Amino acid sequence: MAGVIQKATRDSYGAALVELAEEFPDLVVLDADLAAATKTGGFKKAYPDRFFDCGIAEGNMIGVAAGLAAAGKKVFASSFAMFAAGRAFEQVRNSIGYPHLNVKIGATHAGISVGEDGATHQCNEDIALMRTIPGMTIINPADDVEARQAVRAALEMQGPVYLRFGRLAVPVLFDDSYRFQIGKGVQMVEGQDVTIIATGLLVNEAVHAAELLKNEGIAARVINMATIKPIDREIIVNAAKETGAIVTAEEHNIIGGLGSAVTEVVCETVPVPVVRLGINDTFGKSGPAVGLLKIFGLTAENLVVKAKEALALKK
Amino acid sequence: MEASEKKRLAAMATKVRMEVIEGTFHAKSGHPGGSLSAADTLTYLYFHEMNVDPQNPRWEGRDRLVLSKGHCAPALYGALALKGFFPLEEIQKLRHAGAMLQGHPDMKGTPGVDMSTGSLGQGISAAVGMALAAKLDNAPWRTYAILGDGEIEEGQVWEAAMFAAAKNLDNLCIVVDNNNLQIDGSIDQVNSPYPIPEKFEAFGFNVITIDGHDFDQIDAAFQAAKACKGKPTAIIQKSVKGKGVSFMENQVSWHGSAPNQEQYETAMAELKATLALYEG
Repeated sequence: MAGVIQKATRDSYGAALVELAEEFPDLVVLDADLAAATKTGGFKKAYPDRFFDCGIAEGNMIGVAAGLAAAGKKVFASSFAMFAAGRAFEQVRNSIGYPHLNVKIGATHAGISVGEDGATHQCNEDIALMRTIPGMTIINPADDVEARQAVRAALEMQGPVYLRFGRLAVPVLFDDSYRFQIGKGVQMVEGQDVTIIATGLLVNEAVHAAELLKNEGIAARVINMATIKPIDREIIVNAAKETGAIVTAEEHNIIGGLGSAVTEVVCETVPVPVVRLGINDTFGKSGPAVGLLKIFGLTAENLVVKAKEALALKK
Repeated sequence: MEASEKKRLAAMATKVRMEVIEGTFHAKSGHPGGSLSAADTLTYLYFHEMNVDPQNPRWEGRDRLVLSKGHCAPALYGALALKGFFPLEEIQKLRHAGAMLQGHPDMKGTPGVDMSTGSLGQGISAAVGMALAAKLDNAPWRTYAILGDGEIEEGQVWEAAMFAAAKNLDNLCIVVDNNNLQIDGSIDQVNSPYPIPEKFEAFGFNVITIDGHDFDQIDAAFQAAKACKGKPTAIIQKSVKGKGVSFMENQVSWHGSAPNQEQYETAMAELKATLALYEG
């Protein structure tokens, strides 16, 4: 593991689109006046004939994406998570989800790590919204390597995919030997006492938390759950059976996101305590991203606290 | 347009109207009013203008039609069934549990339906995307979208219109079915979108205003749309909600209610008499 280089997954997204453009001549990219921020700007520059700026009109952009896909194109529609999943929810639901069209939604600036722009732009609800759409695949990559591979995997599959990327530079966790698979969780650290299932930028915190717990004699398993739908039931069930207590960690409301998805599986299979770490059903705030992550408790230190809570609940 | 072709289309449009009545009667629900007002235009498109193949509904080179006012599915289903996309018997099972024909068009389940619609304002965006795809491929096929006049109260319609004109999508032709009625009353009283032609002109469209029940005018409009280069066309058609069934005409109550047995028989008798006129 490298762990030194830092890169925002939105940059990985933009780079991947350019990398894949030649291989996929039917790839079309849409944006809604945010190409500089979502990082589709690179594609716009390199392949101007296959890039369309829809302006500040996300609902229409999602519909245009649906029409392009209905005519055989492989479409990435890009905006901030707040507008792609939030503002355009019903367009995603009815124009893409219901006809199961081959549209990939590249949603950047997810979560509170948007930072200074504050609550109106910090989307902590997108996973919850997207999970309720039948047939929607949801991927929330943890680092640069996984993000780039997730873009390819989304392109290679048929059907709608919601990809969630961040604004904040985060450590690169994987090397090039890593192979991302849609629907498969990845064990990052082995342990038998408790399992931390994390997604996105919380994966790095979870790995650190496992180190801190190890110093206290607690062996925490860490699972990176990049695909939130379809969720990897097998890895969750095994974690419940083998460690008997689970903590979930996500940069998203604790309602409806990874924590909910894991809890649903656990309750229906091997009921064990699940403690959720996330945004505690509140709106975000303005501030530097790293500071906000501390204020909202999305840290390795707080994961240690949550892990101990889960252990205390364990029979 | 030649008199014989006009007569053929008028007869076919009457058959489409009979399928609207047939479908909504058996469904005991649905939207006959707006289906009947759009029946002539849909008939013209499927039986005169559009290049489609009922044997190969997903043929890549076909012209596309998006029924953005998806609740008028009974007219679309009538046209598609009469064109041979699926058996006419399906019409009697419209909206029945387990049947193919959904209350609003479902592109996955119904041959000939080019886009799933029903949530107003969304279909036009998909049509714009299709037209864009044809431009990307330098393909000659065209895209049509039919919108309700109440539907254009949706902001997304204007997002889509702005985009279509900005991208010079002259292979896109939209129709606004201006029957002047929406669920809560006449459109000018509910939340007036008038004046409609001026609005589309301001958005950069080639605008043509016609009588939506006159095949000469319908034909001239769609041919002019095809000839227009550099911008999309909006055909604003004045129409009569419930057209062809006398007791349904201009009655907002027939927006979303089905005929009972007696009304069904009266409507069908009236349409059969009309058909006999055209086929006689």
